Amino acid sequence: MFDRRLIVNFDWVLLLLVCLLTGIGILNLYSATSTWSAAATPVYLKQFYWLGIGLVIALSVCLFDYRNLEYFATPLYVLNVLLLVAVLVVGKTSMGATRWLNLGFFNLQPSEIMKLMIIVVMARYFSVKDQVQGYNFKELWMPFALLGVPVLLIMKQPYLGTAMLVIFIASSMALFAGIQRRTLISLSLMGLAAVGGGWFLLHDYQKQRIKTFLDPERDPLGAGYHIIQSKIAVGSGGLFGKGFMQGTQSQLSFLPERHTDFAFSVFAEEWGFTGCLILLLCYLLLVTWGIYTARRANDLFGMYLALGVSAMLFWHIVVNLGMVIGLLPVVGVPLPLFSYGGTSMVTTMIGVGILLNVSMRRFMF
Amino acid sequence: MRTMKVRTRWVDLPRLKNRFVLFSLAAVVVFAILLLRLWYLQIISVDQYRQLSEKNRIRYLPVAAERGPVYDHDGTLLVDNRPGFTIAALRQEVEDSDRLLSSLAGYLDVDKEQLEERWMAGKRLPRYRPVPLAVDVGWDNVERVQENAVDLPGVLTLVTPIRAYPYGEMASHLFGYLGEITEEELASGDYNNYRGGDFIGQNGLERFLEDYLRGLEGERLLEVDVKGKELRTLKTLEPTPGKKVFLTLRKELQLAAEEAIGDQAGAAVALDVRSGAVLALVSKPSFDPALFARGIYPEEWLELLQNSRHPLQNKALRGQYPPGSTFKLVTALAVLESGLVGPDYTVDCSGRIEVGPREFRCWKKKGHGETNLKKAIRESCDVFFYDVSLKIGIDKIAETARQLGLGSVSDFRPARERSGLIPDSAWKKRRFNDRWYNGETVIAAIGQGYDLVTPMQLAVMTAAIANNGKVLRPYVVERVEDFDGNVLSLTEPEVLKVAEIEQKDFDALKAGLVAVVNEPHGTGWLSRMPDVTVAGKTGTAQVIRMKSDEEEEKIKDEDIEYRFRDHGLFVSYAPAEAPEIAIAVVIEHGSHGSTAAAPVSKAILQAYFAEDDDTAPEDEVPVPEGEIE
Repeated sequence: MFDRRLIVNFDWVLLLLVCLLTGIGILNLYSATSTWSAAATPVYLKQFYWLGIGLVIALSVCLFDYRNLEYFATPLYVLNVLLLVAVLVVGKTSMGATRWLNLGFFNLQPSEIMKLMIIVVMARYFSVKDQVQGYNFKELWMPFALLGVPVLLIMKQPYLGTAMLVIFIASSMALFAGIQRRTLISLSLMGLAAVGGGWFLLHDYQKQRIKTFLDPERDPLGAGYHIIQSKIAVGSGGLFGKGFMQGTQSQLSFLPERHTDFAFSVFAEEWGFTGCLILLLCYLLLVTWGIYTARRANDLFGMYLALGVSAMLFWHIVVNLGMVIGLLPVVGVPLPLFSYGGTSMVTTMIGVGILLNVSMRRFMF
Repeated sequence: MRTMKVRTRWVDLPRLKNRFVLFSLAAVVVFAILLLRLWYLQIISVDQYRQLSEKNRIRYLPVAAERGPVYDHDGTLLVDNRPGFTIAALRQEVEDSDRLLSSLAGYLDVDKEQLEERWMAGKRLPRYRPVPLAVDVGWDNVERVQENAVDLPGVLTLVTPIRAYPYGEMASHLFGYLGEITEEELASGDYNNYRGGDFIGQNGLERFLEDYLRGLEGERLLEVDVKGKELRTLKTLEPTPGKKVFLTLRKELQLAAEEAIGDQAGAAVALDVRSGAVLALVSKPSFDPALFARGIYPEEWLELLQNSRHPLQNKALRGQYPPGSTFKLVTALAVLESGLVGPDYTVDCSGRIEVGPREFRCWKKKGHGETNLKKAIRESCDVFFYDVSLKIGIDKIAETARQLGLGSVSDFRPARERSGLIPDSAWKKRRFNDRWYNGETVIAAIGQGYDLVTPMQLAVMTAAIANNGKVLRPYVVERVEDFDGNVLSLTEPEVLKVAEIEQKDFDALKAGLVAVVNEPHGTGWLSRMPDVTVAGKTGTAQVIRMKSDEEEEKIKDEDIEYRFRDHGLFVSYAPAEAPEIAIAVVIEHGSHGSTAAAPVSKAILQAYFAEDDDTAPEDEVPVPEGEIE
């Protein structure tokens, strides 16, 4: 089963790109947390360890032919849904939301895994039930159900950001698979109606975030603080930035969450538009490389898997950047490979592993 | 592995082929939007956000400038500054002001209301300016505030200069005091360089010299983190201290006069006869200017206001008294100058004189017998002056009085004066629509009746007589210097007017004034000095009801007796041969000029001539004084 061609076809470009982005991210974290007390393990070092763990996971994912996933997709999916239910029953509550399962040695976030699982089940469905004319409502009820159950469970936690990402990922894949024009229009209208109706189901803090996004000055010291300070950090970076470790917004702690969700603001402040341009090009390359991997995939399932992972990366990047530069409301979505966090790193690296897996097996039958 | 049949290769589905390009393009477009937004923030709006980020991290702290010091003629420091601790709060960093003020009140041992008042007043200030909550806080309280800094976010301890007075209450009326600038003053537009909470001279020299004494506030730019912790100083703009003020005042004379007056109420003014420079200016009782420097409490303020002896009033400039017999100098000169009466003219004083239906008494019931001008002055014979005043009439007396500086303000600029009152027939007509009676002339001639003068006017008059008619503008600010020693303002002696009186008339009067002090039976006998010939004139002013400050309406029972005692006055100059110093002293309710006022005058003279002996020769004649001789 293990083939020399696997080594020959290994996607070094992707691996290097991932390491490059994570490297920049670690450098940025070094600056962002330089003023923190030296007592604990520094954040940048922890992120470095996570990179190591992530690479091990990515390479482990490569070891097993992705095609096996097709057969385990359903049971894994069911297990994941059950875990989501378990979160609601016995999950760990923090800051008004229940998202974690305490497994003793680490905290598991089933909603995070669902981002990947939705890719797997969607890929399986679309690759098996291919429709030349595009899908209509009748053929879409299954994907709807597959998507709807976990999304509702995640929203119940509540975790709007992740629920949205899961929807975005699934929708991107469905869109790629092709949806009949009439169905697409109806779906769009239904989506709009759902957004309108959803407003009333939102929690207060979620409404608050959206209101604040629309008018941050409403509450400059409260909910609007994040957006205002982030925009100040980014904007004051200018063309070339204030220099590494020289960002006043981040070094003097005006910027909140600067090692996690707002890590990009630190980068933008210190490296300016020039740095942002380079970083964004790297991310764009990552996403398009993912699409390229899909194009080169050996089969439909692999193609959809690669496409789903690309969509996951794309939406994470866009939602996070949109948030820190004031284009989108503040939803807790990290920037892949850049924001500090083990969960995000592991999810992203599993995705990268899938891409590598699909890529290296493109000539196998 | 299962069969390959179920597997579909995407190349079998050409419709998907274009979608890779389409999706890639979509990703490019979305990233382009993100980049456009970054372009907008980082390139187009960079200045705006740079400013905002600077505002975040930079705290402007005003550094108060020291007010200019005040020195006396010999360079002795009279008014200075000392460092005081001000507890202030930065509005931009205070979230829960109510809680903050509560705990602060505890650490400072003050009422919370007091802090709240200040806090509310501070709302007018920009958010980044510290609001002063407590001025001149004791070290113990400062320590407690600093120990509990964690509970007091946004609270700062600033070191600010506070006015200090090494000689306590000395010359407090002359210096005046500071007070917080009022809303009205700020609104008036005349004080554009001031902000709420600034101190400004309220009266006296502090007000008169405000522009010189006030320094230029400095500024410190600090870098702070989000918690307001000061990390480093980015820039310091040093404050410019106020200018140095040198007065003509002489500390020794001032102290001697104040000590001599003691607990009595009254005033004394000593002038340099040659220049008009004020050598001493006393008003008693005085107040403690240090109370104002640290911010006077309402109850202290009320106590000063309600005190029946008016400690806040500068009696030397604003106290109006009947001149009593000191006015005989004017009458004598008017008579001599009229030519109707010569130095040899005599009146037989029987102790009384009849004018019309009324009888007027001399202070000496037995009478003075044959009395000429010199004797009349020496022994202060009233009957002589009754007699001669009727020969020349009130208008002539009033004219002479005005020539000598009475009846109008002396143009002493640092503080407002009252103008006193020199009545004449036109005034009577104007005021009461009545003609002038001879009975009023004789009373006015001995400085009673309508006559009112201030101690300053008396001193100016005495100096004018001593220097044979030159009425000089009294001044106390000799010069103002900056800290490099450049003279910014120098006061030159100024002759306001010259009385049109002949030298022989002055000589005749002066002979009498010397006799007052130096001959037996002279009323000023007690103030003679061994080495210096002093010339002077006593006065006793009957206390009659005068229209004056409203407070006077409220008379307390236990005060009545004291209040109806006569005022004691004494004017003098010395040395008689070549006058240098002229002095006027008024002791309220001191009964007699000879016993109450003359000793004060003597104390000043002793200090003056002792000073001349002790000090280095080059200090003997001040520069501006030399020019007028």
